[in-house]
Amino acid sequence: MQIYLPIAEVSVNAFMLLGIGGIVGFLSGMFGVGGGFLITPLLLFIGIPPGIAVATGANQVVASSISGVLAQLKRKAVDFPMGFVLLAGGILGSWAGVRVFAWMTALGQVDLFVQLSYVLFLGLIGAMMFVESARAMIRARRPGPAVVRRAHVHTWVHRLPLKMKFRSSGLYISVLPPFAVGALVGVLAGIMGVGGGFILVPAMIYILGMPTKVVIGTSLFQIIFVTGFTTVVHAVNSHTVDMMLALLLILGGVVGAQMGAQIGLRLKGEQLRILLALLVLAVAIKIAFDLLLRPDELFSITPMVLP
Amino acid sequence: MIRAALLALGLLALPAAASETIVAGLSQSRVSITANFDGSEILIYGAVKRDAPFPDGPPLQVIVTVEGPSTPLIIRRKERSFGIWLNRSAVTIDRAPSFYVVATSAPLARSLTETENQRHGVTLDYLIRAVGITAEAEGAGEFVEALRRIRLNNEQWRVEESRVLFTEQTLFRSDVVLPANLIEGDYRVRVFLTRGGRVVDHLERNIGVRKAGLERFLFVTAHDQPFLYGLASLLLAAVAGWAANAGFKLLRR
Repeated sequence: MQIYLPIAEVSVNAFMLLGIGGIVGFLSGMFGVGGGFLITPLLLFIGIPPGIAVATGANQVVASSISGVLAQLKRKAVDFPMGFVLLAGGILGSWAGVRVFAWMTALGQVDLFVQLSYVLFLGLIGAMMFVESARAMIRARRPGPAVVRRAHVHTWVHRLPLKMKFRSSGLYISVLPPFAVGALVGVLAGIMGVGGGFILVPAMIYILGMPTKVVIGTSLFQIIFVTGFTTVVHAVNSHTVDMMLALLLILGGVVGAQMGAQIGLRLKGEQLRILLALLVLAVAIKIAFDLLLRPDELFSITPMVLP
Repeated sequence: MIRAALLALGLLALPAAASETIVAGLSQSRVSITANFDGSEILIYGAVKRDAPFPDGPPLQVIVTVEGPSTPLIIRRKERSFGIWLNRSAVTIDRAPSFYVVATSAPLARSLTETENQRHGVTLDYLIRAVGITAEAEGAGEFVEALRRIRLNNEQWRVEESRVLFTEQTLFRSDVVLPANLIEGDYRVRVFLTRGGRVVDHLERNIGVRKAGLERFLFVTAHDQPFLYGLASLLLAAVAGWAANAGFKLLRR
């Protein structure tokens, strides 16, 4: 069944859109990532113009994140105080990121800059998570005396001022590290046009020392606001949110997110982390290949809007 | 006496070709793009009207063109630097049609001389307006060539030779398929009648392609009320997210 998208001005298969939404939503519910880093390349692949893919992708991420947060909420796996601290940093950061984006656009190399950021951050984070979770899995299998598990390791992070209790995470730390993590993710989100979940999730686990189960809900909670903000900014500035496209992606996405959350519950923390690591690495490698291999068509056509 | 002379002069001044004129109609003059729009087929038909007996000479031919709205374009070329393929040079095309079909009753080379083609702007060579691109990038000609190749490949531009049915040098019909990926605007339909490569008569019609219903509503709202539209998109996302969660809760019970 073909459907004509009013803003994108292309006609696409409705079931394909439902499928894309479903896959991304599934991963979103399972790992607590928004899926922005997946949905934008997928939409580009089926011929949606880039501006519309980014803006409408953000809108879809809002829906699947809300669906995911509600599923996590029932298990009390959302740390609201932590979410608000991250969000405060995130808003500051994304404001700065949009500025950097505008500056790179003026220099004329924004495409390359975005692609290189993808390869660099996805590659680095994917590799780190992969190594760590693989070690954790090997340790868990090896017979012998159980390793003494401490709730968390005390580092310099715990000596900073402005300490606050984060009950759901079982942490008593300064608000500065989460604020900084939120700000960093915000900058990257502003530049790369993604919610930043794939950076936020590992940062919360490894830098802040939050338990994996709480991380997913809290990350999704923060993503709702960042992508919601992005959606409205795109709608106002460039009229690139296609509601028809969003509706189909969302219908697939919310159902997928619910199923993903159910599967995620049955997996162990390290299994979830290694799967996310593989996914992130796969996207990074794909983008790196696109940059390195000679493309089939060297030329590209971009219509300009008549004034 | 003077009147008779003027009349004679007038008759002389009239080109001989004017004795054959074209009449044409379209199966539809509007195309509405609705949510399930899946392309459209337009029938362009007509006849040759004569007020003199069948003239001698090479046979008549019919050329039909359908042209979508023109826009400026940027064509970019990827080049390799530091081992990475990136967009290095670009050329701006002033105008090129978003959609173009040329259908003829005989091969183009036999139906139209180059001079007449240039005068009436029939084939794509005369519709891509690219002024001063040689200064913008090296090998600017390649960019225009690439534009033509890409658009012909994805059938946004088509050349359909010998596809116009032309019966008894009088009746003609041509079916033109409009693809699903249409953009809004006025589509210009031109019909040329040629003899020996020279245009004997031509006429022009318009097809209005417009979004309709929900498509129209969403498009207009997105441009006129962008903030409300953005909030509505968020609301849609929130309601859908909540509904899916509530629905699954019910299912698990």
